[in-house]
Amino acid sequence: MAEAPPRRTLFDKLWDAHVVLTREDGQSLLWIDRHFFHEGSHHAFAQLRARGAKVARPALNIGVADHYVPTRTPQRSIADSGIAGMVQGLEANARAHGTRLYGLHDPRQGIVHVVGPEQGLTLPGLTIVCGDSHTSTHGAFGALAFGIGASEVAHVLMTQTLWQRKPKRMRVTVEGTLPAGTGAKDLALAIIARIGADGAQGHAVEYTGSAVRGLSMEGRLTLCNMAIESGARCGMVAPDATTVGFLRGRPLAPQGAAFEQAAEAWLALPGDAGAEFDREVSLQAGEIAPIVTWGVSPEDALPVTAAIPDPDRANDPSRAAQIRDALDYMGLRPGQRLEEVPIDRVFIGSCTNSRIEDLRAAAAVLAGRKARVPGLVSPGSSLVKRQAEQEGLDRIFREAGLEWVESGCSMCVGMNGDLVPAGERCASTTNRNFKGRQGKGARTHLMSPAMVAAAALAGHIADVRPMLEGRS
Amino acid sequence: MQPFTTLAAPACPLPLANVDTDQLIPARFMKRPRSEGYGRFLLHDLRFTEDGTVRPDSPLDRPERAGARVLVARRNFGSGSSREAAVYALVDAGFRCVLAPSFGDIFASNAVNNGLLPARLEEREIEQLLAWLEQGGRDLTVDLEACAVRAGNHRFGFAIDPVWRTKLLNGWNDLDLTLSHAEAIAAFAEADARRRPWAGLPPLGPEAG
Ligand code: SF4
Repeated sequence: MAEAPPRRTLFDKLWDAHVVLTREDGQSLLWIDRHFFHEGSHHAFAQLRARGAKVARPALNIGVADHYVPTRTPQRSIADSGIAGMVQGLEANARAHGTRLYGLHDPRQGIVHVVGPEQGLTLPGLTIVCGDSHTSTHGAFGALAFGIGASEVAHVLMTQTLWQRKPKRMRVTVEGTLPAGTGAKDLALAIIARIGADGAQGHAVEYTGSAVRGLSMEGRLTLCNMAIESGARCGMVAPDATTVGFLRGRPLAPQGAAFEQAAEAWLALPGDAGAEFDREVSLQAGEIAPIVTWGVSPEDALPVTAAIPDPDRANDPSRAAQIRDALDYMGLRPGQRLEEVPIDRVFIGSCTNSRIEDLRAAAAVLAGRKARVPGLVSPGSSLVKRQAEQEGLDRIFREAGLEWVESGCSMCVGMNGDLVPAGERCASTTNRNFKGRQGKGARTHLMSPAMVAAAALAGHIADVRPMLEGRS
Repeated sequence: MQPFTTLAAPACPLPLANVDTDQLIPARFMKRPRSEGYGRFLLHDLRFTEDGTVRPDSPLDRPERAGARVLVARRNFGSGSSREAAVYALVDAGFRCVLAPSFGDIFASNAVNNGLLPARLEEREIEQLLAWLEQGGRDLTVDLEACAVRAGNHRFGFAIDPVWRTKLLNGWNDLDLTLSHAEAIAAFAEADARRRPWAGLPPLGPEAG
């Protein structure tokens, strides 16, 4: 009898379908289906210029203006010449090489990881790269999506391929139902707190289990977005009816009969039963509480009801030093209750939590209430902005006292000038609480959109659950 | 790229974990062209005060660390943003090697593409090296042929992906190799378009804006 074919995981199938060739030393040359670039890709285009090279496959390379775009000026004008140069440079590179472009004034402009799925550029079964670590986001569709550096961006532009060593496979299984008041962000932070900010290094992570399957596409995008914060090479969720439903009718997804044919191929992508993983982690969804970070790494995350750790009780000197350093930067005391930590401002936005569901979740908490601190709400794309306005969410944010602004990376990284002042403490729906991430000396606490809304109302870190009572 | 074989040079301790690329080079400096040199932005906010003077506690600027070419750090070095500028900052500041228990994947790959060696040592070996440096140790030797570090009486083996090792030893760049496979790539693309007709994108039309 012939030997049964090996059982493959979703990741194995994606990998195998894209290998052009494999060298003896184990490096594979992978075909890249989609490459997104942004203003920061200027180093890579400079490498092309230095070689006198052209983009090999312009149709598969897509430019998006997001990192440096203004969010608060009339007609989105840019006063700072350095910033204007970044946005114009992107548009000039896209034009010079004949690629697709979602530029500053395009009605479909937005954060690259929001625009890709929204436009149907992101599909299951694709390899997707971008010079941005949160490219892992697109794995939510069952795509092999990962961030790369400028030299690799230049390589993709010139060859539409990339050399990679196959990462190990890790499965994170979450069974059960997420409790009311918690969502994908809490789940993502709980996973990182469990395995550490480098816990998944060298691994391709597949998220599975009933709690993951129960997530909307928006939730899956949040979960895979944060895969990189656990060090993973990429994160992914197997495509299913939710995935197909989201993509039907998207402008650049296949249409009509071609869509049905594609959907059939996509639904054959999930891993074979019994396929093996190199590592397994499992969590119970029912045990997840609203989570916030207290330190300067996403692994410094605890349930909102907890207290700040004491370095003197850490189990090793290097961890103790890490906690001391974090508390020093964050201006916090060991043993202080998280719910007593005052907040200076809030930010709702970023590729982690700026899609329509995220805005709805924050608005559900804020409706008819007033924030005690200032804050910014930046939708993930100009189309999300329009939809939110049609639903009246912008009014809720404004009436609560928050600023409703244009779409972009904004205060996630502050490149466009939307900065948190030094020493201030920001409750943020973003993905990185690194030192100086939201501005020099800025202190970031990561949490879900609903929890940021709760912090805005309370003026300190607060448990959103009681505030949701009697609301949907 | 300059080949990396053996490096005998002063080392600098950076006893921090999770030194992310946002710290290695804050975002506000990334608008500059590389030709200006990125060395003075390296770990900028850790090293300089508001008015641009060196902080007295800056780990990189102690006189006894002048000329350091090896950085010794704790776990998860270079995590976070994919910005290759973090590597440019290290390289332009004179570094050719970082020793740490673990690295952000994208950082490590960027490092190799710029001739910077990301060598992994055990956590306790890093602690021993940090202690040795704090006690006045200065010069160490990183031997990429042997995958070994020698510092005073310490002898440690380090880990590095063998492909990356070969690339660094030879100073190779991927691109020339890839271009030599142009035919295989074209053949793959053609067959793939038949296998996965849904995966392509229509050529640029007016819809692309
Ligand atoms: S929103 Fe933040 S994390 Fe996402 S792509 Fe922009 S800068 Fe990066």
